[in-house]
Amino acid sequence: MNQDISFINSWIKPDSRVLDLGCGDGSLLATLTQELNVSGYGLEIDPESISQCVAKGVNVIEQDLNNSLHNFPDNSFDTVVMTQALQAMRYPHLVLDEMLRIGSQCVITFPNFGHWRARAYLTLRGRMPVTKQLAYQWYDTPNIHFFTYSDFEALCRERNITVLRKKFIGEHFPDRQLKNLWPNLFADTAVYHLSK
Amino acid sequence: MSLDKRENSVGTVSAEKILIDKPLTLACGVVLPSHELMVETYGTLNADNSNAILICHALSGNHHAAGYYEDDEKPGWWDSYIGPGKPMDTNRFFIVSLTNIGSCFGSTGPTTINPQTGKIWGADFPALRARDWVESQKLLMEQLGIDCWAAVIGGSLGGMQAMRWALEYPDKLANSIVIASSMKLSAQNIAFNEIARRAIKSDPDFHDGHYLHKNTLPKHGLALARMIGHVTYLSDELMGQKFGRELRSGTFLQGEAAPIEFQIESYLNYQGDKFSSGFDANSYILITKMLDYFDLSREYQNNAVEAFNHANCDFLVVSFSSDWRFSPERSREITDALIGAGKNVSYAEIESDLGHDAFLLPNPRYEKVLGNYLSRVADKFEAESKGAAK
Repeated sequence: MNQDISFINSWIKPDSRVLDLGCGDGSLLATLTQELNVSGYGLEIDPESISQCVAKGVNVIEQDLNNSLHNFPDNSFDTVVMTQALQAMRYPHLVLDEMLRIGSQCVITFPNFGHWRARAYLTLRGRMPVTKQLAYQWYDTPNIHFFTYSDFEALCRERNITVLRKKFIGEHFPDRQLKNLWPNLFADTAVYHLSK
Repeated sequence: MSLDKRENSVGTVSAEKILIDKPLTLACGVVLPSHELMVETYGTLNADNSNAILICHALSGNHHAAGYYEDDEKPGWWDSYIGPGKPMDTNRFFIVSLTNIGSCFGSTGPTTINPQTGKIWGADFPALRARDWVESQKLLMEQLGIDCWAAVIGGSLGGMQAMRWALEYPDKLANSIVIASSMKLSAQNIAFNEIARRAIKSDPDFHDGHYLHKNTLPKHGLALARMIGHVTYLSDELMGQKFGRELRSGTFLQGEAAPIEFQIESYLNYQGDKFSSGFDANSYILITKMLDYFDLSREYQNNAVEAFNHANCDFLVVSFSSDWRFSPERSREITDALIGAGKNVSYAEIESDLGHDAFLLPNPRYEKVLGNYLSRVADKFEAESKGAAK
């Protein structure tokens, strides 16, 4: 799931402090550090990913996002980033609150479960979708909260979260052409820039 | 012992006694006009003296960190991590390991002669702080012609020195690697140390610490102190796996009167006796107190972030899941303070059931994290050396 989200570089201030929740192998932080000279830290629990971050020279902290993030003070970061991990959190709404407590802004990307391909899979095959984006069987998936673009919009409204920007990703036909018109149907991934 | 084990190490090593002929003012005010340090080095110092690692030992450690002595079956205490191709790769780094003052392996300490009186120091050896070890290591560094350590590395009390280095001499180290350590001991930790000291002092052969003048040794007390310590360095799980309730002798059968000894009793007694014949009781008291007194941020308004604001180097912090003497929470506090101070830091909590001792023992994940980190450190100075050569 290595999508090109390099456009978020223009959402993040140079020389600012960035916290990446679920930073994986540290690629995003490495890029942000190189291009924007950010002071970045990533949280990760996968041992192999942590080793890769260390090898890259990316600051990585072993910490489970499902446990508390209370060790990070209010507004201690400029931007808190989370890519493709919200759906794997035990309580996504609480994690979202925490992100906006720790950072003055947040960048979140998530897979849109309302994408037509997922809908078609479920409707026609009657099975839980296994796609390139969501490449797990229902019983072993880390993605325990499936939600759509529209669900996320509703959550932001409910919690009075300000949407600064959003962008939709969909590479293939007809997604590329239609994703901005009907994001809930044609965006396979949504990218949000949020503040309190 | 297998031969390839020795081949996979730095091989046969020997220690050197180095005279530091400069005054060392200790935190307690006492001045040592000169002092001696037992030192081992592994690997080769590069042309621009930029590849040196300082190893900081813990309570009972010494200068023999890697390789084998002639006619010795047992390698140095950190041999799993120091050697060719190992995390502290002797093909790339020049590694300096010493016995610090106050310990008992040949460096100036309670068992050596006080030149001012001509007598063994014994209990009169001045009280020490971790910073005194750092100051002595700094003098050694100057004598070796090293301007900046590529890394200062230590576990437990060694990690405390690595942190102290970062605050006292921010421009004299590029990396501080803090393993299974803490910014200060908890009350429980101090309590264990005090029980150990009381055990030593209660030995009738202790004579207020002047036992060497009386040609005795408080072996029972020191063994007991070590047995207490040893239990706290292991985890309940590990002791369960290793010993369980296995019996070494005796039986629970009806009608049997022979005394029963559990395996763990025999093991602990053996460990205590082995330790008490190789370590000095005054050193044990001195160094446990040094551990108790350590408080990284005391002079920084008890604010750890403020303390680490003075550091310039990068940090790697490592803890072990079953370590309850220097628990992962203590390492988290270090990491959080470093993030607060905006320092480069990575933190790994290694899954292990070996307790505090895990930092000394082989563990693939620990090896990988430490190896990856140090490999990057080496890449950096090797690139700089190359750049300078052009």
